[in-house]
Amino acid sequence: MNMRQRNSAWLIALTVCGSAGYVLLADCDPRLLEIVGLSLFVSLSALCIGALLGLPLGAWLAVSRFPGRTALVVALNALMGLPSVVVGVLVYLALSRSGPLGSFGLLYSPTAMVIAQSALVLPLIAAVARQIIEDAWQEYAPEFSLIGIGRLHAVGLLLADCRFSLTVATLAGLGRAMSEVGAVMIVGGNIEGYTRVMTTAIALETSKGDLALSILLGCILMTIILGLNVIAHALRTWASRRYG
Amino acid sequence: MAHRFRALIAVLGLLFGAAQAGETLLVASTTSTEQSGLFGWLLPKFEQATGIKVRVVAVGTGQALDIGRRGDADALLVHDRAAEESFVAEGFGSYRKDVMYNDFVLIGPRSDAAGVRAAANASGALRAIARSGLPFVSRGDRSGTHTAELRLWKESGVDPKTLAGYKETGSGMGPTLNMAAATGAYTLSDRATWFAFRNRRDLDVLRAGDPLLFNPYGVIPVNPARHPHVKKEAAERFAQWLTAPTGQQAIASFRADGQQVFFPNARK
Amino acid sequence: MFPLRISGLCCQPNGRTVLDGLDLELSGEGISVILGANGSGKTLLLRLLAGLLPADGGTIRWGGAARPDGRLAMVFQQPMMLRLSVHANVEFALHPQALSAAERNARTNHVLARVGLAHRTGDCARLLSGGERQRLALARAWAMRPRLLLLDEPTASLDPSATEAVERIIREIRTDGAKVLMSTHNLGQATRLADDVVFLADGRVQEHESAQRFFARPQSAAARAFMQGELPWRIAFEH
Repeated sequence: MNMRQRNSAWLIALTVCGSAGYVLLADCDPRLLEIVGLSLFVSLSALCIGALLGLPLGAWLAVSRFPGRTALVVALNALMGLPSVVVGVLVYLALSRSGPLGSFGLLYSPTAMVIAQSALVLPLIAAVARQIIEDAWQEYAPEFSLIGIGRLHAVGLLLADCRFSLTVATLAGLGRAMSEVGAVMIVGGNIEGYTRVMTTAIALETSKGDLALSILLGCILMTIILGLNVIAHALRTWASRRYG
Repeated sequence: MAHRFRALIAVLGLLFGAAQAGETLLVASTTSTEQSGLFGWLLPKFEQATGIKVRVVAVGTGQALDIGRRGDADALLVHDRAAEESFVAEGFGSYRKDVMYNDFVLIGPRSDAAGVRAAANASGALRAIARSGLPFVSRGDRSGTHTAELRLWKESGVDPKTLAGYKETGSGMGPTLNMAAATGAYTLSDRATWFAFRNRRDLDVLRAGDPLLFNPYGVIPVNPARHPHVKKEAAERFAQWLTAPTGQQAIASFRADGQQVFFPNARK
Repeated sequence: MFPLRISGLCCQPNGRTVLDGLDLELSGEGISVILGANGSGKTLLLRLLAGLLPADGGTIRWGGAARPDGRLAMVFQQPMMLRLSVHANVEFALHPQALSAAERNARTNHVLARVGLAHRTGDCARLLSGGERQRLALARAWAMRPRLLLLDEPTASLDPSATEAVERIIREIRTDGAKVLMSTHNLGQATRLADDVVFLADGRVQEHESAQRFFARPQSAAARAFMQGELPWRIAFEH
């Protein structure tokens, strides 16, 4: 079997296992489906927001030069490691009725969870995008400046040029969102049937001593995250073959 | 690209809209009521009777009261009489009503090296644990169970902080029981959570029925004068249903591990 | 913008003196070829003219002004290619100019046809061969309609047929009215393309002559040695 056939075989095997697991779940418990569905919804929404804001931010930072830029870059890199509970507490205080954004009544809802996870994922995507684009920028900068490409146009071109590496970076952000528990627990409240996601469900079932269910949920979570990584790898390989 | 984005927004809006259909009530309650399974039993009946869907944020009593103070919940169901009464006195709650009680039980290893079973009463039991130097796990999270435990220590005349084996987990009853099971320690639990707990190993109920271990629950609608946005009518109906004969009967008929764990005691 | 007058130009990149008091005057027509051995400063001179780095001494005057008032384009030895189509790799360079999308598209297709890449418009630029990449880079520069085109050893890594194609394009660009200044160490290419020759050695312009006169009888000893292929060896032995 050559490399391409082997990769396809892996992908097929994974899809089959994943689907089998999914079907088993559906028979098992509709609440489980609800939990898995909400996890995907919250994390994917947070990812969209994080990418829409983070990619241009990282790109702009990569091509800009201004006093204090280095400090900003270092701060952004540090924010990548922001603990999820810290984000949770900050968003909680902001969204609480007694807080500045309280009038929207967003606390303990999926919206609050999306906001919190977006805050987690945004610095990660921005920081990685900045690095990727700055590396490309080193290569292109002399010619761009000669041609007279403006900064905004350069950002657009670099985002298009690095699109495959950026996709992988974005998928890394998705992994972070799906596996965190601190932020969604605090701002979502782990309300049954409303704000319970895979990670908070695992925490709850473990605390109730129902370890079997926790492990099952953990396996599903790991399968999804593994699937994401397989996709990322396949995408990268295909892209380098097709686009150089 | 642009129209695909707009379609996504529309779908998101629909999802959120669908979630809002029907009236909802946010109740801050304790982990003991949720993890024992009582809410899973009670709330569908309430929804059937009134059409109101209740969302429960289950945290420790102290944290639930804080949530009420901030106005992030519409009603509270907690078990710390003293704290509840000062909550209402401070003006954060409209009133407090008795709903039910359950009791606490002293949990420990079956071998009971400290001699808790043989002690005269609950305070004596704690003194025995202190003397033996064996480990005791506390919730340490300002929950109703935690404050009751601290009251017990006070009654027994022992300062638990001085004990070498005293550990505070800062978490719910479940994780605390997990730790007690894993380290062969003593702990104080509410009966309902204990019955629903699955990871007992060699832990067992060593002491129960002592008057000091009595644990009353109260329901408090959050005061709309303080937080105008709270769902006043829904919260009132919740409090009324719980204390009316239908709600009280529902509470009495709840079984954990085949036993009744919550006893209704609303005043007529 | 022309005549371009360079006087006393000095440049010491990384501490090593490469250009040492260079004087040169160039008119605004034809193809000027900078000849010289490797390391003589050909690339550096082109980069200085393009404004990519500052000189350490001397002046450059563009028809009396400090800055060129016409458009400059440069093709590097390894031209950059975005991971986009051939068409996009030309079209993006036209954005700074005030053209409509239709005009940009038309110009792009026109130059791609003239360099012989029309059949590869939709392909990914990074998958092109070396010769095709140089032609694409030339197309990009040509589409900009520069007044001055700088070329840094454009055929250094190409085979003879690719070299011939590139040289043809350079001649056409000259015919279109741009001034071309290119560096090379390929004598044959210089004889084929040059209208005038600038010979660089020891950090200075040793000779600046019309191509005819230069190749018939080079004045300086260094130029003669270079033509005979001796110059690199002489430097090694003398220093």
